[in-house]
Amino acid sequence: MHGSAKPRKRLVRIEVNGRWCEDAVSDGDLLVDYLRDVAHLTSVKVGCDGGECGACTVLLDGVPVSACLTLVVRCEGRNVETVEGLVKQGRPNRLQQAFHEKLGAQCGFCTPGMIMASEALLRRNPHPSDDEIRAALAGNLCRCTGYVKIIESVRHAAEASA
Amino acid sequence: MSAVYKARTGRQGVPLIDGVDKVTGRALYTADLDRNGALVGRILRSPVAHAEIVRIDVSKACALDGVAAIVTGADCRFTYGVLPIAMNEYPLARERVRYRGEPVAAVAAIDEETAQRALDLIEIEFKELPAYFESKDARAPDAVLLHDKKPGNIEREVHHDFGDLDAGFAAADLVREHRVTCAEINHAQIEPHACLAEFDPVSGRLTVQDVSQVVYYLHLTLARCLELDEAQIRVIKPFVGGGFGARVEVLNFEIVTALLARAAGGKVFMQLTREETFLTHRARPQTDIALRLGMTKDGRFTACACVVTQRGGAYAGYGVVTILYAGALLQGIYDIPAIKYDGYRVYANLPPCGAMRGHGGVNTRFAFETLVDRMARELGLDPFAVRRANLLQAPMQTMNGLMVQSYGLAECLDAVERASGWKERFGRMPPGKGLGMACSHYVSGSAKPIHFTGEPHAVIHLKLDHDGGVTALTGAADIGQGSSTMVAIAVAETLGVGLDRIRVVSSDTAVTPKDNGAYSSRITFMVGNAAIAAANNLKALLTAAAARTLDAAVEEIVCEGGYFRVGDMGQAALSFKEVVAAALVDEGAISVKGAFTCPVEFQGGKHRGGAVGSTMGFSYAAQVVETSVDDATGQVTVDKVWVALDCGHAINPLAVAGQIEGSVWMGMGQALCEETRYLNGLAAHASFLDYRMPTIVESPQIEAFVVESHDPNGPFGAKEASEGALAGFPPALVSAIGNATGVDLHEIPATPDRLLEAIGKSRLKAAAAARKARAAS
Repeated sequence: MHGSAKPRKRLVRIEVNGRWCEDAVSDGDLLVDYLRDVAHLTSVKVGCDGGECGACTVLLDGVPVSACLTLVVRCEGRNVETVEGLVKQGRPNRLQQAFHEKLGAQCGFCTPGMIMASEALLRRNPHPSDDEIRAALAGNLCRCTGYVKIIESVRHAAEASA
Repeated sequence: MSAVYKARTGRQGVPLIDGVDKVTGRALYTADLDRNGALVGRILRSPVAHAEIVRIDVSKACALDGVAAIVTGADCRFTYGVLPIAMNEYPLARERVRYRGEPVAAVAAIDEETAQRALDLIEIEFKELPAYFESKDARAPDAVLLHDKKPGNIEREVHHDFGDLDAGFAAADLVREHRVTCAEINHAQIEPHACLAEFDPVSGRLTVQDVSQVVYYLHLTLARCLELDEAQIRVIKPFVGGGFGARVEVLNFEIVTALLARAAGGKVFMQLTREETFLTHRARPQTDIALRLGMTKDGRFTACACVVTQRGGAYAGYGVVTILYAGALLQGIYDIPAIKYDGYRVYANLPPCGAMRGHGGVNTRFAFETLVDRMARELGLDPFAVRRANLLQAPMQTMNGLMVQSYGLAECLDAVERASGWKERFGRMPPGKGLGMACSHYVSGSAKPIHFTGEPHAVIHLKLDHDGGVTALTGAADIGQGSSTMVAIAVAETLGVGLDRIRVVSSDTAVTPKDNGAYSSRITFMVGNAAIAAANNLKALLTAAAARTLDAAVEEIVCEGGYFRVGDMGQAALSFKEVVAAALVDEGAISVKGAFTCPVEFQGGKHRGGAVGSTMGFSYAAQVVETSVDDATGQVTVDKVWVALDCGHAINPLAVAGQIEGSVWMGMGQALCEETRYLNGLAAHASFLDYRMPTIVESPQIEAFVVESHDPNGPFGAKEASEGALAGFPPALVSAIGNATGVDLHEIPATPDRLLEAIGKSRLKAAAAARKARAAS
């Protein structure tokens, strides 16, 4: 960092929300900065100083990860999904619709991460119990809702897709 | 009689008008704005808790390539502060630092690495002074004063005495006193503080986009600190990721970002780290309370004496108001014939505290409700019966001049008693399980604003144009609580049109009328009333146009369901758009406004500080908490909560339920696990790992009930819904712990270490008593 030479960059290919992107990145670049600053996907939020809040949760090959703890170079050839990618032809998906209708989002800052963690859950377990929802979202902090309506939203989305 | 319904199954509301933006990622928060070409701002903070600044040398930092501007205390000679009577803080310290983490200098550079290197090159020489981290140390007779003319490091003393206290205690069958301590807590909104400021040296104009809850305060303060004409400034609030009081006061980083933008002649983006966001907090102070209460054997309160000490931190902020609230809100909920209150707001070498959800009232409510519970137990009375023995009769005026116009507390008590099965279960819980209950209340906006300008409390503009769309312009800050949706509903319902016809533009000081913003739960009551007034003014213009077109008298026109017709049964009907077209003839686009002002009789007592606590409508809440306690580990689990809130009328029941749940849960965090910790002034809590909030795993089911007492002055009868239920949780939980273990806690949060210590002490005491009894026999 204090050296005069800029770190060498390399090209990575990543499938972001269904589109392959090719960008030059440094070895130390974090996925959260790549998604926000290069791919302009600002739904990926920064709420803490690293790995504490879950607001930057995205799916990497379908698995929820904290983008702030993931190196971009580790995503070479892999698939990344953010909450923008769940929208199809301008329409929110079942979870997004449920979070909207059931007030799972108040200030909305934790919401994209919360929805991505929930999306991963419903893909592997379409009809989770409340305790399974709690376990899946244990790493995502919300300060507004007391989580009551978040659990309701996920449950509603699961019922809607039954 | 109030209507009562379960939030989950009763009247449903509407989703937030900006909800789809939030769930799709389209919503832009301050850090998401276009930062193309912006410099990065960073702040250098004091590494010591109390010191004189002997020397600051920025020359090496200035010489670094990529540094665009450096500012220090020398660049701003004006103090700021939310209260005009207590502005004693500089955005960047001058001559002296008073807490660890206080901003001393700031840099704007081409990137973050350069900014950080520049900060590392700034040389500062401090001469350290004694520092105080506890109220009692700061108040010691030989303590160095943090501020001039504040002997004993007391920022403000309050002494209020209402009714005949001696007679009250003399009339009591039981008098008890206890001391409680509540730890300092933090708002911990998930969005870190951020600000994007742009200064145009040609026009001299400053535009700031920021996380503020009150853009008007920020606008005023920027003008003051930067010596700019107010007309040269524009402040815009994008989406905001939570507030809870953290962003009511102007915060140092906002002014610093603007100072940097002006110095650099351009655009500067500043995002604080989570650690810095914790330091820049203004939250609920560490509080020591001694409370004495008199009670008759049938549960009537006879007198209450309360001494409150708040550790306010290094600067005034909202402190005077917080210490006044702590006393004022002893009133307005129960009938107590005599109340004496002594409050002390103390300066200490820690980041300054301020307003947090339930401002001022939460910790005294904890002291009061837990003592009531303990005295009820001693007298063999049911906790519900004691509350019912002391209810107010609305309308009434309290001893300290507060007006109670609507009062649904009795219905709140009935709802949670029934829903929790209290009568059947209290006193019959299995070992380790307990039930506790408490009540609380809060203001629907402060009836006396901070700035006495003579303006109305709220103003709303409505614009109607050829498209038939109505745009509501409001300075009320939607920070997630759904206030813009409330405005849309108020306008749509008054006009008799669908929500899809209404747009709301909020919090842009170049566009929206001045508003006092999101604090003291004022928006629904004040801005809601202003929105209805504006919509009625618009409706009058439209009705007149309909009357002209239909050749009828104005009084004959009925407007409902998007149509205007003559009389109830009238055949001739005009659609809303037809009436708009008629109204625009010779006029063009229409602008109307509506305003709301709290009449002077609602603005509190005549005694010094009597304005604090004054409001046009109090919300009321009762709740029951069920808990499980493991007496081997001290672990407390909240199993379920039943809560009822009298919000007058739920304009949007969905949002009201969300606010009740969120506020109860925030009370749970304070009661269960949240606390800040400082090691010689160094924040040891400044991350989400160290500052423990309940996660989804620890968060219980909250069964919310809405009680509608129909306030005579509220918009559609509504009062606040966002804060009133918070203060009941800590006492209800601690009483439930007492019910489960037989141990009375005097401290919150009820962490395992505190609870184990209390259980241990209680067992030692019981063993000693048993030994004494054996010896005596």
